[in-house]
Amino acid sequence: MAIRLIRAPLPGMFYRRPSPDEAVFIEEAGTLEAGGCIGLVEVMKSFLSITDDEGGILRRFLVEDGASVDVDDPIAEIE
Amino acid sequence: MRIRKLFIANRGEIAVRIIRSAKALGIQTVQAASDADLEMLACKLADNVVNVGPAQALKSYLSIDRMMEAILASGADAVHPGYGFLSENPRFAEQVEKAGLTFVGPRAETIAIMGDKARAREEAIKAGVPVVPGTRGRVADLGEARRAALEIGYPVMIKASAGGGGRGIRVAHNADELEKQLPLAMAEARAAFGDDGLYLERFIARARHVEVQILGDGESVIHLYERECSIQRNRQKIWEEAPAIMLPEATRTALCQSATALARRVGYRSAGTLEYLYDDASGEFFFIEMNTRIQVEHPVTEAVTGIDIVEAQLRIASGELLWLRQEEISLSGHALEVRINAENPTKNFMPSPGLVTGYTPPETQRFDTLLYEGCRIVPYYDSLIGKLIVHCDNRAAALIALRQSIETLRIEGIHTTIPLHRRLAQDPDVVAGTVHTGWLVEWMARQPG
Repeated sequence: MAIRLIRAPLPGMFYRRPSPDEAVFIEEAGTLEAGGCIGLVEVMKSFLSITDDEGGILRRFLVEDGASVDVDDPIAEIE
Repeated sequence: MRIRKLFIANRGEIAVRIIRSAKALGIQTVQAASDADLEMLACKLADNVVNVGPAQALKSYLSIDRMMEAILASGADAVHPGYGFLSENPRFAEQVEKAGLTFVGPRAETIAIMGDKARAREEAIKAGVPVVPGTRGRVADLGEARRAALEIGYPVMIKASAGGGGRGIRVAHNADELEKQLPLAMAEARAAFGDDGLYLERFIARARHVEVQILGDGESVIHLYERECSIQRNRQKIWEEAPAIMLPEATRTALCQSATALARRVGYRSAGTLEYLYDDASGEFFFIEMNTRIQVEHPVTEAVTGIDIVEAQLRIASGELLWLRQEEISLSGHALEVRINAENPTKNFMPSPGLVTGYTPPETQRFDTLLYEGCRIVPYYDSLIGKLIVHCDNRAAALIALRQSIETLRIEGIHTTIPLHRRLAQDPDVVAGTVHTGWLVEWMARQPG
């Protein structure tokens, strides 16, 4: 299976959890359903879900939880 | 105590606005800036700039510790909190006071009282200010709910005591509906919040948002009349006016007097705003909450009264007693303000940060902004990038001036809400003034595409 990159749709702050005291959307090596959500980008006080249409095995995250990302920055590898 | 050096614990257009009034009073300015904001317009205009931490607001503009450290290191003797961020945080105001510095705003204690919805409502009732009619606490059973609803008047909202953010609310238009809804609401509240306590409040379907600007020096209080901000999206105001569009004169007087009564009761110092719902149908108004800070839409009041509200805040903070009597405040003409946000109105208001490649300010009218050609709109904070304010002899003339002025404003490189305002400015309902707080959402649903 090919490895693809999931990229940031907008610049902002990347979060792996819906809120600080909740569990992460998905663990590394976890299975993502088609259209599933891997995290949020906070941009100008709104939160956008980062989803993947195809789904697959989420190999690893390329940015830390809470890190700042630019548009098109790779966020995770999916297989 | 005269302010010599003012620390601005905020960013964006309001920081620029505060610097303007500080300069006019001969006050030196120190601008707070996160790592992401070092190139912002306010930093170019201030006498000094202090880095207050990383881009994330929680670690910079919202961090009391970081902010206090920066304030103390800067040698400033006063702090202006702007709006949002720490402006209504009583602990921040208290720390500024404890450090022996001047907080440009009310006392920490006043912020705490008015920031607590239940306490603010209590104070309003004690000051004789109408609040949205409702039960004083929980209703025990259906019988009590029925009696209360009759007193309050239908339609009523059934609200969960433990609820919030719009959750756990049902509407009953008559006793039959109340009987059906109450047990359901109770079960829902128990499931959602682990507490089946309910209370009732009058449901006002088509209310206008009207608010009164006040100034207090800790003893006397005056009002600068009202603003209307009924055109809202997701509870965010996007278009504001002064005076209110169709408020009967007697109602205006009663409304403004109620605001000064409440502000006087809490010994209010500085500029503040009391927000109300106004029910066109019944002519009643109800206090909802007080904002103990400068507001985004303050310029429309400045336009119609000729009073610089930020300058007034600084003078009051310096210890001056109110230099104006109520009789000296008069209204002249009509002012409109539209908020220009870095959002794409054709794509469900998707935020649109980025590089501003071209910028021409509007001709002749006031434009409060953080923009300059080549500036970067960063993704970390609010999307407000400018406020276009027009002031004319009457509302019809102001609408014409707005339509003309908005055509001369050019912002390139990012999406903005200018196209939305272009359409609103000629919409028949807006022109007629027949708007309410739910109007914009209905209007957007009617738009093609």
